[in-house]
Amino acid sequence: MTSATLSAAERPSLQKRWSLTTLKEQCIRLVLFCCALLSVATTAGIILVLFSETVLFFSQVSVFSFFGDTVWQPQSQDNPRFGIWPLACGTFLVAGIAGLIGMPLGLLSALYLSEYASERSRSYLKPTLEVLAGIPSIVYGYFALVFLTPYVLQPIFENVFGIEVGGFNVLSAGIVVGIMIVPTISSLSEDVLRSVPRGLREAGLALGSTKFDVSVRIVLPAALSGIMAAFLLALSRAVGETMAVTIAAGSQPDLSLNVFRSIETMTAYIVMVSLGEASVGSIEYRSLYVVAMSLFLITLAMNIVARFILRRYRNVYQ
Amino acid sequence: MNETAFSTDSQLAARHRWGRMFEWACAIATWMCLVILAIMLIGVVIKGWPHLNFAFLTHFDSQIEPETAGIKAGLWGSFWLIALTALFSIPVGIGAAVYLEEYAKPNWLTRLIQLNILNLAGVPSVVYGILGVTVFGHMFGLFGDWPREPVWHLPFGDKVLTGALTLSLLILPVVIISTQEALRSIPASLRHSSLALGATQWQTIRYQVLPASLPGILTGIILALSRAVGESAPLIMIGALTYVSSTPGNIGSVSDFFTKPHGIVEAPFDRFTAMPLVIYNWASQPDDIYQSLSAAGIVVLLLVLLLMNTTAVVVRQRFQNWIRW
Amino acid sequence: MLPSLSQVIAEKKAGQPPTHSQGSTAHGTPMGMPKIETRNLNFFYGERQALFDISIQVPQRNVTALIGPSGCGKSTFLRTLNRMNDIVDGARIEGSVQLDGTDIYRPNIDVVSLRKRVGMVFQKSNPFPKSVFDNVAFGPRIAGLTDRKKLGEIVESCLKRAALWEEVSHRLKDSALALSGGQQQRLCIARALATDPEVLLMDEPASALDPASTARVEDLIFELRRNYTIVIVTHNMQQAARVSEYTAFFFQGKLIEMDRTDQLFTKPKQKETEDYITGRFG
Repeated sequence: MTSATLSAAERPSLQKRWSLTTLKEQCIRLVLFCCALLSVATTAGIILVLFSETVLFFSQVSVFSFFGDTVWQPQSQDNPRFGIWPLACGTFLVAGIAGLIGMPLGLLSALYLSEYASERSRSYLKPTLEVLAGIPSIVYGYFALVFLTPYVLQPIFENVFGIEVGGFNVLSAGIVVGIMIVPTISSLSEDVLRSVPRGLREAGLALGSTKFDVSVRIVLPAALSGIMAAFLLALSRAVGETMAVTIAAGSQPDLSLNVFRSIETMTAYIVMVSLGEASVGSIEYRSLYVVAMSLFLITLAMNIVARFILRRYRNVYQ
Repeated sequence: MNETAFSTDSQLAARHRWGRMFEWACAIATWMCLVILAIMLIGVVIKGWPHLNFAFLTHFDSQIEPETAGIKAGLWGSFWLIALTALFSIPVGIGAAVYLEEYAKPNWLTRLIQLNILNLAGVPSVVYGILGVTVFGHMFGLFGDWPREPVWHLPFGDKVLTGALTLSLLILPVVIISTQEALRSIPASLRHSSLALGATQWQTIRYQVLPASLPGILTGIILALSRAVGESAPLIMIGALTYVSSTPGNIGSVSDFFTKPHGIVEAPFDRFTAMPLVIYNWASQPDDIYQSLSAAGIVVLLLVLLLMNTTAVVVRQRFQNWIRW
Repeated sequence: MLPSLSQVIAEKKAGQPPTHSQGSTAHGTPMGMPKIETRNLNFFYGERQALFDISIQVPQRNVTALIGPSGCGKSTFLRTLNRMNDIVDGARIEGSVQLDGTDIYRPNIDVVSLRKRVGMVFQKSNPFPKSVFDNVAFGPRIAGLTDRKKLGEIVESCLKRAALWEEVSHRLKDSALALSGGQQQRLCIARALATDPEVLLMDEPASALDPASTARVEDLIFELRRNYTIVIVTHNMQQAARVSEYTAFFFQGKLIEMDRTDQLFTKPKQKETEDYITGRFG
């Protein structure tokens, strides 16, 4: 008997009702929702953990000395001092050098990939560039320490300019971090450049522009905000970069702009304390959380601003 | 008519010259990155060459006789770490992505979760390390001050499980984002046709959407896991060892899985090291022999990554031949 | 009710007597030195041939319309005239295209100076995301003109010729994207005029505009014909009849017929042309 021949009473009702199937559907939905909620819990966990220890830290060390003091010597027995500036200086120095290296390289290669390279060469250049992003940061650190400093930086600066270059130095760390962020910049910027409508390029060419005019005077300005966002995201990666910097730049907190000496970044400090013997609950151990909190806030701010810019950019050319 | 005097032939030639120089600059920038990559890889291989043999994989680290040191402990540590990380992050990551793509309504909560995931992807790994050591390592000190004698295995302390949970949180955003992209590439018509046949939403997802997006999801997961393989900072922070002469669960070869099955249960609660940590330890020793051990370790690490990435590419192409839109 | 094509042509003849008095050859192609001439032009996208053996003469200081059903190759043909097809991967050309007797596909031709002489206006208006002033000044600037006063004069005269000056003179610094669709398209025409071209190629310039804006753009084209050689692609036969002196009919990548517009629309020589203009297909 087919359903068409059933009487009205025998036909399955269309009314919603509880059955094992709908119950199962609801359960699955709930489980999946919890999975998604875990990410929010992670953020909440990060903030809770960092915040509670930060509060305890500031009950022992005043906020003014944290932001006012220029010396960072938490291990000192008789006179521990907690001025964040030496660590902040190290972090920004490395990020600054990385930006000086990574931004031009990344932007130029993005322009090359989007405006000049043929479809064929792009198809192998782009994945090869991404390999740079897949190499663990410890490898970059090793490269800086074992190859870059002794075979490139020391010969050049000591023999040619007569500047002494330490075995640990900010410059080598900045350079490798700069190379590390190239793929971030180039692939994000390339997406942004490619989303500039083809019509604008054609209009430029039809007005007698060379490819250079089109790239630099039309495409680049049109994509500028998106590229800024790419720079910000890459710089926030440089700020959070840990192992390469720890290995290559050492752990000597120092408020100076000398790039040939050892320095300590916020991330490197966190690693060094973890490797040491600081006991849970001590002021030195709590300083870990404060530094991590600063790092978290800095990178979060950079990320949020970058995402905001990117979203506004996408609304212009969707 | 306006004057055309503003463009002479010599000016045009100069513009073309500029254009060519700029194109060269762009090309050089691109190739320079690749050349540096090549130098880095070749340099590491040359430096590590003396130690690159099979014994390097089967020997433990040694401070007395560095000539015979190997990366066995790191290799097995990384194996357990990644296996457990995969176990935790894959179901949760796919679940979250499926919820966001298939179930979630576009309301403020969904937007919050989405924005939150994007931002988590940008959080430095040391911050995850701090989270890991506090939450999984000593569990907020709820069970007393670690490292006092724990209740059963709680808190997890500096064990494999802590590392794996920490790394899972670290790669979760990456897994979610890539899975979402894979799900988004599935045409809506597939979902509609399944729903029109009377399938429930979960049946549609389970039997149509997930199988169809599997290659994309797998590729994303493998890439995320390979990030976890190379991560070292969070592991240092949870207190993982850098020098150890045992493997988790005392499983040091494939046959041990069968001869010592209890080791499989013990491994997650064992102390451990991982390849990047061994490499870091060697790299921070002053002797040249350690530098070259470090290079050999890097080569092994990169080979593992290469293996994983090749798998990703093969998986992708295999499946793509089956499914075409 | 739309006026019939012959009505349109009759009105145009009465209102605006043709300014030239050249006769026609037996093939309907104009006498005298053509501005653009193609000979046996074949065009390929990779393996696919898009244009077949096109030989055409475009007369100087006239409006020539290219009509035909969509996909017939009229836009492709237009883009061969300033080598805009060069940027398409796999594009290949056979035969010759001559501008004032010079083959523009010769290897030593500089496409940049070619495109300065042969300007183009696109179907979809595509102003740069810059100010109105910067849009019009773009061409002269990249060509090396920096004198602010001279730029201002060029911008003003081009905007006036594009019949846009009245509407935008007080907001030259505003973003071009804030203009209406019709204004944007006239801005694109003004921008093309600023490089002082001899030929203007227009690829369905009014297809995205409302009727009022279309009328203004058509008036403008009719005005510009005094100083420029204009080739316009349109799928709108009424428009071709209104603005052009000569019309070429393309079908399936081939040039079927070219003649004076009034001739072509009233006494087509080819069967396909007649079928098309009487609306039997297309």
